[in-house]
Amino acid sequence: MSQTTTLAAPPRATPAETGPRPRRRRPSPLHLLLVPLTVVMLAPLIWMVLLSISTEAETRRFPPGLPGGVHWHNYLDAWQQAPFGHWLLNSTIVSVACVVGNLVFCSLAGYAFARIPFLGSRLLFIAVLATLMVPFQIVMLPTLIVVRDLHMTDTLGALVVPNLATPFGVFLMRQFFTTVPRELEEAARIDGAGRLRTLLSIMVPLMGPTLATLSVLTFLNVWNDFLWPLIAIQSPGNMTIQLGLQNFQGAHLTNWPVLMAATVMSQIPVLVLFVLAQRFFVRSIASSGFK
Amino acid sequence: MTVATAARAVGKGPRRRGRQRGVRRGDQFAGWAFVSPAVVLIAVFGLVPVVWSLLLSVQQTDLTSAGTWSGGANYTKMVHDPVFWQAARQTLLYCVLFVPITMVLAVPIAVLLNQKVRGMTFYRMAVFAPLVTSTVATGVIFSWLYNPQIGLINAGLDKLGLPQQGFFQSTGEALPAVVGMTVWGWLGFAVIIYLSALQNVPRELMEAAALDGAGRVRAFFKVELPLLAPASSFLLVWLTINALQLFDEVYVTTKGGPLHASTVLVYYLYQQAFVNFDGGYAAAIGVALFVVILIVTVVQLWLGRRTSHYEAG
Repeated sequence: MSQTTTLAAPPRATPAETGPRPRRRRPSPLHLLLVPLTVVMLAPLIWMVLLSISTEAETRRFPPGLPGGVHWHNYLDAWQQAPFGHWLLNSTIVSVACVVGNLVFCSLAGYAFARIPFLGSRLLFIAVLATLMVPFQIVMLPTLIVVRDLHMTDTLGALVVPNLATPFGVFLMRQFFTTVPRELEEAARIDGAGRLRTLLSIMVPLMGPTLATLSVLTFLNVWNDFLWPLIAIQSPGNMTIQLGLQNFQGAHLTNWPVLMAATVMSQIPVLVLFVLAQRFFVRSIASSGFK
Repeated sequence: MTVATAARAVGKGPRRRGRQRGVRRGDQFAGWAFVSPAVVLIAVFGLVPVVWSLLLSVQQTDLTSAGTWSGGANYTKMVHDPVFWQAARQTLLYCVLFVPITMVLAVPIAVLLNQKVRGMTFYRMAVFAPLVTSTVATGVIFSWLYNPQIGLINAGLDKLGLPQQGFFQSTGEALPAVVGMTVWGWLGFAVIIYLSALQNVPRELMEAAALDGAGRVRAFFKVELPLLAPASSFLLVWLTINALQLFDEVYVTTKGGPLHASTVLVYYLYQQAFVNFDGGYAAAIGVALFVVILIVTVVQLWLGRRTSHYEAG
C-alpha cells in the first residue's frame, strides 16, 4: 500500500518540467488511514463545539449526532452567568504585554549575547541557559513571595512582570543573530551607526519569522497558563480566561452545553492563531522542544 | 567565545587605535545595557528563587509570615509521609504509562504524515490541534467524555453491551483516565518531533535502499527507524520531565481523588502549600522533584552522547 508513495520512486522532475500532465493521479489509499486518524484527534474538539450548541437533553444521545437546532443561547447564558468578556480582556492584556516584553527584551539580550563582546557575557548566558532547565513548580513559591513584596499580589501585574522576559526567548533570539552574516552590520558601523541603530535598522527587517515564532509561542504559553494564575490571582475581576473557566466549571458542572460554550470561547483566539500561524508553531516546536 | 574572539579580530587594526579602544569601551556599556532588562527579570524570577526554594525547604512557613528555621524536619516528615510516597508511586506509574504510549503511537502517525498526499496540511493541523488546546479546556472536554452517567464513552460501551466504567470517579481508573487524556493532548508534540526527524532523513538514503531492492516497509525498519533514535531519546527525556510536572489536568478533573488515587507530586506540593499552608514542606517536595528531574536531564546528556553517532549529516 505504501509502495505508491513517491519515496520509493526515482526522483521526479518538478511539475513545471514535465510538460503536459499524463493523467490525473488516483487518490492515495493513505487517505483510508489519515481520515480515521484525523477524526480521532479532532473528535473531542468537534464534540465540544457540537455540545455547545445542543440542548441539555441532546448531550445524552448516542450515537452523537448533529443537534436538532443551533442553540446559541448557551453562549449567551455562559456570558451572562460569568464575566467572560472581562476574563477574555484580562487574558488579552496579559498575553499581549508579555509578547511585547519578550520581543523587546529578548531581542536586545539575544543581540548582545550573539554580537557584542562584553565582560561576563559568557557567564551570564550560561546562567540564562541554566534557568531554562528549572521547572516552574520549583520556583513558584519564592516567585509568589517576590510578587507579594513588589505589592503585585492579585493584580494583572503579577501575571505580566515575571513573564516579560524568558530564557527561552533569549536563547531563540541569540540563535537567530548568530546566523546573520557579520558583514551586514559592519557596513552599518562603518557608516557610523551605533549598536542600537544597527539593531533597529539592519536587524529588525530580517527578524520577521523569528519574531513571529517568539510571539506565537509566548502568546500560546501565557494564554493557556493555569498554575501561576491559580496561585497568583484571587479576585474574579483579575482572573484570566483559563482560571475563570475553571471556576465556572466548578460552579456549573451540571449544565454541559453552557460549560462547553464557555470552553469554546476560551479556545477561539488560540485556535484562530494556530490556523493563521501554523508553520511558526510547528517550526518552533520542532526546533525548541517547547509545549 | 568564538563570537568574542572573532569580534576582537575584526576590531583590531593598525588604524585609529585610540578610537578602537573607545568603541570597545562602548561595547562594554552597550552589552550590559542590552542584556540587563532580560537578565534582571530572569534572575529575579528564575535564578534567585531556585536558591530561595532550598532555603524555604528547611523552614516552617505558611508563605505569608516570616518562617522559622527547622533544619531537616520537612525532609524527615517527607520520608515518613505515606501520602507523599503514594503520590511519588503514582507519578512514576503515570510516567511509565504516558511516555511509552505517546512515543509508540507517534512513530506510525509521523510516518503517515510524512507522505505526499493531497490535503496533508489539513491532516497535520488536525493532529497538532490538541497541542494548542489549553489544559483546562482539555479537562472540561474529557470530564464529559469520561462522565459515568452522560459521557460519550460509557454510552458507547453500553451500546456494545460492555460494562460501564467509573473513569475519574473510580480509584482504579482515575490515573489511567488521566493518561488517556494527556496522551491525546501531547501526541501532536511527539509527532512534530518525529516528523522533523523524518524530514531530515537524506532522500538519497531511501533511494539507495529502494535500488538495493528493499521494500518500503523494510527500508523504514532498516534506514528510517535507526535514524529516529536521537529524536526518541530526546522525547523520552522531554516527555518524562513534563510528565513529572503533571498538575493542570489533575487539578481540573479529579482534584487528586478519589482517595488520593490520582494525586501526583506537583498536585501534592500545591495542596501542601495552598490548602495546608505548609510552605516549607511544599518547598521540600519541590526540591525532591527537582533532584529527580536533574537526574533525568543528566541521563539525557548521557543518552544523547551515546546515540549521537546516528545523527544524519
